[in-house]
Amino acid sequence: MDKLYFEDFPPGEIVEYGDMPVTAEAIEEFAREFDPQPFHLDAEAARRTIAGGQIASGWHTAAMLMRMNCDEFLGRTASQGAPGVEALDWLKPVRPGDRLRARRTTLSARASRSRPAVGVVEFLFEVVNQSSQIVMTQKGAAFILRRATGEAAP
Amino acid sequence: MKGLYYEDHRLGATATIGSHEFTREAILAFARAYDPQPFHLDDAAGAASLFGSLCASGWHTVSVCMRLLVDFRAAQRVAAAARGEPLPAPGVGLGVRDLRWIAPVRPGDVITYSTRIESMRETKRPQWGIVGYRAGGVDQHGRDVLSFASQGLVARRGR
Repeated sequence: MDKLYFEDFPPGEIVEYGDMPVTAEAIEEFAREFDPQPFHLDAEAARRTIAGGQIASGWHTAAMLMRMNCDEFLGRTASQGAPGVEALDWLKPVRPGDRLRARRTTLSARASRSRPAVGVVEFLFEVVNQSSQIVMTQKGAAFILRRATGEAAP
Repeated sequence: MKGLYYEDHRLGATATIGSHEFTREAILAFARAYDPQPFHLDDAAGAASLFGSLCASGWHTVSVCMRLLVDFRAAQRVAAAARGEPLPAPGVGLGVRDLRWIAPVRPGDVITYSTRIESMRETKRPQWGIVGYRAGGVDQHGRDVLSFASQGLVARRGR
């Protein structure tokens, strides 16, 4: 597939993609390394917590969104990383057996003032589960090379 | 901090929660699993990117912050239990604002993480308060690499 540049992300565009199965094993693997709290590690202990059952670390959900983004578009985009995230909200629990997908809305796109070769694209990502509930939202900008000044267009 | 309930927290209180060395192996492993972009996986691609060299996924650097925070709180709970104090039910995080990846984290960098309490408010639910932290990471040269504000539920002592 063709490589994607700044110009390929028009404001207003909405795209859905991804089908990420959430397993207990994956939840526990992430939690053992990065977030070893009982409601992530142990289904039995989780029942007696505010979570009411085993849930994925919110940082794991953010990492799963990143993976879906890489697989869907960043892997073939002239991406130059991101300066940060304006807002990240964990709205609903993510549990074993869930299937997650992503919805990406392009909010704005502008040239970088300091680096003419780079565009700044602001995205809203919504992570949606199999019941069409939005479990997480993430809003922030990404740096993407401009076609005119980036690599030669195919 | 004496006690671990909402009422024991103080606006402006700071804590150094720990340090972590980012090894090349760990940077590559995280990137393969969750963020397989070339500048997180390959030296040449890193050198050609805006980062100037291979660097860790920003999600890796915030996830390590979470790990150190969990370990820090677990040690506080052990100490509180040893003093015979009751232990609050653990709360969950609600969200993050103004997450900034200020400078790249490269193999061999040692990041020291700290937190500062920025906001506190009660909720409609009498058993929970919301504590807002600003978390930051500084590398071995004293440069800021990471900053974010997070909000989470903390159990209230109640009556």
